[in-house]
Amino acid sequence: MKVKVLCRNPDDYVRETTKDIQRVPRNYDPSLHPFEVPREFTRALNATKLERVFAKPFLASLDGHRDGVNCMAKHPTSLSTLLSGSCDGEVKMWNLTKRECTRTLQAHEGFVRGMCTRFCGTSFFTVGDDKTIKQWKMEAPSYGEEEEPLTTILGKAVYTGIDHHWKEGIFATCGQQVDIWDEQKSSPIRTFSWGVDSFSSVRFNPVETHLLASCASDRSIVLYDMREATPLKKVIMNLRSNTLCWNPMEAFHFTCANEDYNLYTFDMRRLDIPKIVHMDHVSAVLDLDYSPTGTEFVSASFDKTVRIFPKDHGHSREVYHTKRMQHVICVKWSSDNKYLLTGSDEMNIRLWKANASEKLGVLAPRERAAMNYNDKLKEKFKHHPQVRRIARHRHLPKTIFSQSKELRVMKEARRRKERNVRKHSKPGSVPVVTEKQKHVLTVVK
Amino acid sequence: MCYWATPKHRRELAQLSCLSDDPYKASHTAKEPQTEMAEQDCRGEKKQRCKAGTSRYFNKRQGARNLPLLHPRDSVLLRIDSEPTWRGPATVRGESITQWSYEVSGGDRVEMRQNRRHLQLLPSTAEPRAKASFDPPPEQTPPAPESSPGGLTIEYSSSFDIRHIGYTRGYQEELANMAKKRKAEKSRDKLKTSSKNLTVAQTEEDEDDGGLFKADDTVISASEDEGGSDDERKHRKLLDAIGSLGGKKRRKLAERSEASAQISEFSVSAEGAGEKITLGDLLGTLEQTSVITKTKKQLKNLHNRRDTLELPLSRQQTEKIQREVAYGKTSKEVSSWQGVVVRNQKADQLVFPLNQEPSGPKRVEQVVAGWKAQTPLELEIFNLLHMNKQPVHDPVLTPAEEASLKAMSLDEAKIRRAELQKARALQSYYEAKAKRDKKIKSKKYHKVLKKAKRKEFLKEFEEMRKMDPTAALEELRKMEMARMEERMSLKHQNSGKWARSRAIMAKYDNEARKAMQQQLEVNKTLTQKLAVPSESEDEERPEEAAVALPDFVNEAQPADVTNPWMMGKLTAEPPEPAESSDTELPAGGVQQQENPEDATEEVEEVIDEEEVLLREFENRRKLRQTENGERDMVPVMPVEREEIVTERAASEVVEISDDDEDEVDEDEVSEFKSLFQNLAEKEQEAVMEVKTTINAEGEDGEEPALLDEGLTRLRTLEDLDHLSQDVSIELDEPATQSTATPDLEETTIPQPDKKKNQKKNMIDCNEVLTKEAKVIKIPMAPTAIEEEEENEEEQKMIIKEAFAGDDVISDFLKDKRKQEEAGNPKVVNLTLPGWGEWGGLGLKTSRHKRKRFRVKADPPPPRRDNNLPSVIISEKRNSSIAVHQVSQLPFPFEKPEQFESCMRTPIGNTWNTQRTVQKLTAPKVITQMGAIIEPIAKEDFIKGKTLTTTGKQPDISLSAGKGQATKRGSKRPQKKGHSKRSQLKRMKSKPK
Repeated sequence: MKVKVLCRNPDDYVRETTKDIQRVPRNYDPSLHPFEVPREFTRALNATKLERVFAKPFLASLDGHRDGVNCMAKHPTSLSTLLSGSCDGEVKMWNLTKRECTRTLQAHEGFVRGMCTRFCGTSFFTVGDDKTIKQWKMEAPSYGEEEEPLTTILGKAVYTGIDHHWKEGIFATCGQQVDIWDEQKSSPIRTFSWGVDSFSSVRFNPVETHLLASCASDRSIVLYDMREATPLKKVIMNLRSNTLCWNPMEAFHFTCANEDYNLYTFDMRRLDIPKIVHMDHVSAVLDLDYSPTGTEFVSASFDKTVRIFPKDHGHSREVYHTKRMQHVICVKWSSDNKYLLTGSDEMNIRLWKANASEKLGVLAPRERAAMNYNDKLKEKFKHHPQVRRIARHRHLPKTIFSQSKELRVMKEARRRKERNVRKHSKPGSVPVVTEKQKHVLTVVK
Repeated sequence: MCYWATPKHRRELAQLSCLSDDPYKASHTAKEPQTEMAEQDCRGEKKQRCKAGTSRYFNKRQGARNLPLLHPRDSVLLRIDSEPTWRGPATVRGESITQWSYEVSGGDRVEMRQNRRHLQLLPSTAEPRAKASFDPPPEQTPPAPESSPGGLTIEYSSSFDIRHIGYTRGYQEELANMAKKRKAEKSRDKLKTSSKNLTVAQTEEDEDDGGLFKADDTVISASEDEGGSDDERKHRKLLDAIGSLGGKKRRKLAERSEASAQISEFSVSAEGAGEKITLGDLLGTLEQTSVITKTKKQLKNLHNRRDTLELPLSRQQTEKIQREVAYGKTSKEVSSWQGVVVRNQKADQLVFPLNQEPSGPKRVEQVVAGWKAQTPLELEIFNLLHMNKQPVHDPVLTPAEEASLKAMSLDEAKIRRAELQKARALQSYYEAKAKRDKKIKSKKYHKVLKKAKRKEFLKEFEEMRKMDPTAALEELRKMEMARMEERMSLKHQNSGKWARSRAIMAKYDNEARKAMQQQLEVNKTLTQKLAVPSESEDEERPEEAAVALPDFVNEAQPADVTNPWMMGKLTAEPPEPAESSDTELPAGGVQQQENPEDATEEVEEVIDEEEVLLREFENRRKLRQTENGERDMVPVMPVEREEIVTERAASEVVEISDDDEDEVDEDEVSEFKSLFQNLAEKEQEAVMEVKTTINAEGEDGEEPALLDEGLTRLRTLEDLDHLSQDVSIELDEPATQSTATPDLEETTIPQPDKKKNQKKNMIDCNEVLTKEAKVIKIPMAPTAIEEEEENEEEQKMIIKEAFAGDDVISDFLKDKRKQEEAGNPKVVNLTLPGWGEWGGLGLKTSRHKRKRFRVKADPPPPRRDNNLPSVIISEKRNSSIAVHQVSQLPFPFEKPEQFESCMRTPIGNTWNTQRTVQKLTAPKVITQMGAIIEPIAKEDFIKGKTLTTTGKQPDISLSAGKGQATKRGSKRPQKKGHSKRSQLKRMKSKPK
């Protein structure tokens, strides 16, 4: 005969140490936990509200430059180091953790047009208005030593941009033409020119490292292969592109910041039509940088705002601005995907969180779990009007707000007119031109 | 030797040939014969031109030159191609019809036609003509033979060219062409033979062109006769003058008088020294093989080729082509990333940095490789080790270990282990079960088992009969054999020892008698002829099946066992003896009695799907029978329903069922409860009673099919949107709200049930409704039901007492009616009193007018609750809910149902286990704090693609599992440099 007895195993309910969390036996019977959807909805709503409450992205302002910050460079191996070059030829090195300038050097006369670090992080290059390329040591000179560049190359014309190869001792400059330099040589190992006399920026592809792209003043973007004698292809747009940036995770995608307030993501294999048009800025876009995860990018604009775009969305998910921040000239996304750095006209470098409401510092496992849960809830209920309304709300300065409204009105008017024209003309005579097609003029082979 | 073969040039002519650059000399010389021809033959210019054209093209093709034209009365020599020598003189009669042929008389034959090729002008006739050519009238100028060595012609022409200019204009162009060609040829020839000519020209005459050259000689001598040596000097002067007229100063060829070319100074014969060596000559010494001859031929062709090489492309074009090629190459190269990019886009989760080092324990060598002695002590030790040549980098692992490490990655091993575990578990289950089965001594059990097997077999046979008739026949034959054997044997004939003992006992023992009876019955069944199972058999079958159900499942279908065992899907329905006691046992009670025992024995057994279906059919059949039967059977239906759904026999209902004692046995019904429940869920039959609907609602809330149907009946798009939201939100409080979702009530009612519905409408509402009030509160979990049952009873009583006076139901009905009326469109009366007729107190508007100005609206669509007596469905849009509703289907979703189901699944830990929550809430992108994220590296992804295809996950790890990192690490080739670098990184980077 079987006797059934109530028995309890203390292992089931006694915790091992007092620091453990009390074990809570749960019954997951759904009938005991009714209203799951409304309850989760409420949680999502609260999470969304809290997100907006905690959205304080601005972390610090680094001041010390005596002129507008014209360019910046990330340190490839140290997260806490930032280099910045200003319009008076000064280069500063910053310690971001301490938020202080660690080193200052007068690199050029006139603007520091561009700077880049060597892939190993031992030195960096600057180009300036004085037609020189200078290579500097990353370490500060020891006591009594003079601040001197490792090498100086005197060019014939002003260099407007520089970028270093991601794996080899090769760098590229742009100016009147695009030059590829070996670090050991004082003359370029290769020179590309294709009927244009001024380039504004050149960038190496971080994945397919022998590829480059440059923006030229004839409104074109030119692709190069370092190994070939000739450029690869050129796409001419309606307005000039200021800079471009390759996606670090997708070898063939790059995005360019255009004067026509938009950013365009291209697939380098299909240049005739941009993959996505990112539009939200209300003035020329001056710089952009991809997040190291390749999922988003940040853009700096003349309209005094910084915007974050998901790589596959036409509109920004975030806009940063402060009263004091003027035209943002350069922007960088830190290599740990956590921070943004913007250099602006009014001589300041600003440090922002990439995710406005993110809690900084180490998270406890439960905290992290809660955060993940909240994120998921927000994502799940993001389509609900109330959640969406809260999540989407952003404050904008009045000027930008009114300007964007104006742009919207203009766009709508144009659209309406086009529609009317189409309506009153012979069918097929006014073709439908999509937004993507509008901005590319031609592709030159 | 043919006429168009290149003649040798004379020395002085070599220079002259240069003069032929001058267009009109050439043209002029070519001109003369033609004009003359025109005069003589009176042929049209057109024909002449045609001829000239033909000849030109022919020449161009053959590289031949024109032979001089012949004239009537010219004496000529004849020879056909094949003949070796020229035959005696003949006279030209005139031109033949065909081109380049003449009619000739004389010689052997009297008259014949000959091609110009086969005729040779005799010098005797050529001479007077040459002289005649000096006569002024140009018409009579003898033809300066075109193909005669150019030098000669030019010599003529140079003396009187100016005279001819006037009338040569007409043909100048085409003749100029000819002249040019001739010139080219000449210069070529000259090059070839120049050195020879220098010495030989004056003295030697080739035999072949002897005639011609003789003629030439005479011409020259004639001119010499005229002018003497003085003339010759003058002539040369003139030529020089003309030569200087040409503009460019031509380099005069140096004249050599010694015969050094012929006679070498070194007594070695230098024959052919001056000749140009052709490419073909180089091959001469080689052996004559087919290859060589072929090569020779090719070389000759090459030599003879006259077409020029094409101009190189312009720089722009070249660059363009280069660019295009380069671009194509690069874009192709870049495209190799396509797969990686797409995979990353689709990945559930991306973990950055991508090439993290594995977190697990490292192999010693790896650690050693990255380690450097730093402290002085370490340095010292290191030095010592080095001095002693101690092996530092020895392979710590044995080859076997290494091989095993390589052979299987960690997670493959895990998977394998899990599989093995599962297999082991299954095996042990099987064994345990077999043991248990073996231990069971109950005959009944085995009997039932056998029966079940038989049943199963029959079923299979039935199927086989449909699918594979031949196999079925075979089976049938086997069965027949078995039957025959049974008939032959005495096994069940009650003739054995045991049977006899039983027979003795039977008188006194009921049991024994029964046993014997059974034996006989078995015999009967076994010896029964197998027939196609018909309707009449159906009645027995289900009952048997019901009995057999729990036993055979595992035995008959070992393959299925795996799933239920591992899934833990057990039947949770214990039988209810209380109910079965209430009702009477039907026929065949022996088996029925066994039933509870068996059931208790195998509570953990699984109900098979097929079994469920079988039951379902049986129940349906029963239902049909009850309906088709007498009228007083009708109330049975709801009773069954209630029991099925609520799992509780309401006492009152049971009373009803007690009244009719028929084949519907309550025992079975109670047993089939669970099955029926399934049935109800699947088919949605139990719609009629509110109770059941609500119950079903609670259970089926998760099923998208229900909602789907509801959506199809919606009238407007708006409704669709709202309702899709309603469902998700209101599922939890369905009955309490007056705005209960209408679509839930809407369920497809199968066609045969239609009639049933009608009948059920006749059931007293009150009865149904009173039940409903209770049922709503029942939670769905079956475990809770039994406990609550008593409470419910009490509750019911309390409610009854409390609302003794209230007639809730009639109130509800009234309410409903009111709502219905409100929903009906009202008739609008637009009549104006006094309009068009008299108005005033006491006066009525005429009926006609009233009728005319009454506006009737269309009847509204039928209400959804028309057939539902106890439900009010409001079809108004609820603005308070609309605020919370999504107005349109969000992007990634394709159907509203997808979105709804996504919304409906809770993700919190209130509803899910911890592991599930972790999985559900895993973030899309994981980054490590303070770690630098490098761009994706080609080495890791493009080349290592084959390595990573083993798992289903994309290259970048998908799930939040911590083991992922180790797995990836183990698979991917590690770069030493990188590991160092990451160490460096860690040292440098500080948390912010």
